Parts: sequence; structure tokens; C-alpha cells
Amino acid sequence: MSNEWPLWEVFIRGQHGMAHRHVGSLHAPDAELAVNHARDVYTRRNEGVSIWVVKADDITASAPGEKGPLFEPANSKVYRHPTFFDIPDDVGRM
Amino acid sequence: MYAQEVKSTGKGVKSLDEMEPIERAFQEKVNAGIKIEPKDWMPEGYRKTLIRQISQHAHSEIVGQLPEGAWITRAPTLERKAILIAKVQDEAGHGLYLYCAAETLGVSRDQMTEQLLSGKAKYSSIFNYPTLTWADIGAIGWLVDGAAIMNQVPLQRCSFGPYSRAMIRVCKEESFHQRQGYDIMMKLCNGTQAQQEMAQDALNRWWQPSLMMFGPSDAQSVHSAQSMAWKIKQDTNDELRQKFVDQTVPQAKYLGLCVPDPDLKWNEEKGGYDFGEIDWEEFFEVVAGNGPCNADRMAARRKAWSDGAWFRDGLMAHAHKKQTRNVAAE
Repeated sequence: MSNEWPLWEVFIRGQHGMAHRHVGSLHAPDAELAVNHARDVYTRRNEGVSIWVVKADDITASAPGEKGPLFEPANSKVYRHPTFFDIPDDVGRM
Repeated sequence: MYAQEVKSTGKGVKSLDEMEPIERAFQEKVNAGIKIEPKDWMPEGYRKTLIRQISQHAHSEIVGQLPEGAWITRAPTLERKAILIAKVQDEAGHGLYLYCAAETLGVSRDQMTEQLLSGKAKYSSIFNYPTLTWADIGAIGWLVDGAAIMNQVPLQRCSFGPYSRAMIRVCKEESFHQRQGYDIMMKLCNGTQAQQEMAQDALNRWWQPSLMMFGPSDAQSVHSAQSMAWKIKQDTNDELRQKFVDQTVPQAKYLGLCVPDPDLKWNEEKGGYDFGEIDWEEFFEVVAGNGPCNADRMAARRKAWSDGAWFRDGLMAHAHKKQTRNVAAE
């Protein structure tokens, strides 16, 4: 049982012009068959118009421990959001 | 349910004060409804319990194709046949979503397959009963998928992200299964007397096994408390079973069928039905491997696995060869 097919992560673009979104994973011997399998496993109900597959081993992910250093600096930069600025109603639409 | 015999490995439920800081932080996340993701720290018991539960659930989906698959060649019309193929294909898909969720916890697909084929891993007792007539296909969709939905809807809120997301996909697809089953039952119940009797006979045989799907009664399932504290499980077996009975009895009445339980009675006070004691001896026998079809189901899975070996290996060899050629060409 050592000859296991490698794991692929599957990304599908939905109908309405959204970006490809991760939907799950599957095993397949190569990229071409991974796309074929993804079609059967993840788009049986017209869920998508495009499929990406990526070998799971090729994905680099941030570590859960890095969550603080990576994302906390953004917390103090509230001025990046438009609601930070008070614009008088008289100015009209902006 | 689809994982009726999951024993969590934790030793009783610890209070927050008894926990080490890292476990306490984990439990507080769970309590706050924040999802646990594969790379996050988690107690070993949580990991083991989830691997067992998700893999049993996956095995159930895969083995669950067999009783229904037996009727694909004998479906009464071309339309029913196409629907049944789609339904059985969905079950395969559900198994695959779940295997992938389990793999994020560090168990490999081959390990899980090996555990199923060696008999070490369990699958739901319900799939060890035979499908004798076409009405059984109706009864399975209506009752078995109905019970499955009842169990899977709360699992969408499970604390483990990949399991929760797999359940969301499964639930979206599952209600087609139940409706197609009920549709078969309606057709039969509006048919000839022989067809009505066939429908009643299917209900008679599938009712008790369907109630058993929810697992042993709360009094007997000692591991529920830890799973509930970890939010792997949201409702107790008996709560879900009661909900299922209350929902299903009126559906049987609509069909003009009689639920095969002389003790079934509406209880005004509790706002639900009282029902007879379940034959737990039969349940434990089936789980232990002594049900009517256990041997057939396992034999079919082993045959599929070994018959497919040359194909899986061949495709892998082809992929390696192609890769080597591409590297050489560069």
C-alpha cells in the first residue's frame, strides 16, 4: 500500500466571476487526472467554470504561531478603512 | 450515527482550571466557537477522536454505496436509474470529502483504507442490511438519509474546520437523497396493493435499523461528554433519535404506512412520540460483524481494492515516467 497517489488541493472558480476558491483536496497520479477527478468530486452540480489543482506539497502556508506578528500590526491601522474619516453629509456622495 | 462506535480517548472532562495553559487556550477557543484548523495545537485525544469519527463516517459513505448500488441495474425506469446513479455517486463524493478532512489530521488515505479492509475500523451498522426489493431504495433514501441529515446538520457546527466544511457540502447535497427516497415511497403507496405492501414491508425492515443509526442510548454512551465539551458532537444520541421519530412518523402517516412499533404513542406532555425499546443486542451483534451482510460488504470492498491495484499502480508508473521524460527534455 506504499504507492499512494499524491494529494492535490482543488480550487474552483464559481459562476459569477469570483476568484478561484479552495474547495477541498483529492488524490490523483498526475495533474491531468487531478483535474478530471476534481470535476467529478467537486462540480457535480454546476459549481464551477474553472478548476485549478496544486500539489499539496507545493503549498507553503503561514504557521499558526506567526498569527500575531503577521496580522496584529494591521489592527492599529484603522485609517486604512474609509469609515475612519468623517465627511460631512453636505459634501454629497463620496 | 455514521460513527456509532467512536470512543473518545480523553479521561473524563477536565475543567479549565485543571488544564495546562496551552490546552486551556485551545478549550477557550472551542468554547468561543472559533474553528480549530489542522496546524493548530490540539490535545492528542481530540485528534484521535476526530480521526476515528471522520474516518468511520467516510467508510460509511463508501460502504453505503453497496446496498443501493445493487439496484442500479434493476431500477424500474431509465429516469430512476439515472437518479440512483447520481445518488450513489454523491455517496462516493461524500466519502472523499471526509477522507480528505481526516487526512489533515495526519492519517494517510492508505492507512484508513487498510483499517477498513482489516476490519479494525467500523462503519455504520445500517449498511449491513440487505436491499431485497425496489421499495428498500425508497426506504433508504427516506429513512437512512433522513437520519443522516438529522445527524449531519449539527456537525456543520463542529469545532474542527475541515470536518465542519465537509459537512456543509454534504448537507447541501443530502436533501436530494431523502426527497428521491420519499418520492419512490409515494409512488409505491399510490400504486397497486402489491406495491403498497412492498412499501410497508420495506418500512417494517428498515425502521429499527434506522433508529439504531443514532448509536447506543445516552445511558450507555460514556464518551459523549468529552466529545460534547470539544464540540465534536452537539446533541446526544437520544435527542437526535427523538427528533427523527417526531419528524418521520407524520411522513409515514401521509404515505398511509404503519410504523412497526406497537408502543409508538404521542406524548402530549413531552410534545413528542414515545416509542418502544430498541433491540440493542441486535445492534451490538451487527457492529461486531455479525449482521446479515457484514461479510458481503467487506468482501466487496476488499475485492474492489485488490482488483483496482494494477490500475492505481499503472497510473502512478505512467505519471513517474512522464515526469522523468519531462525532466530529461528540459
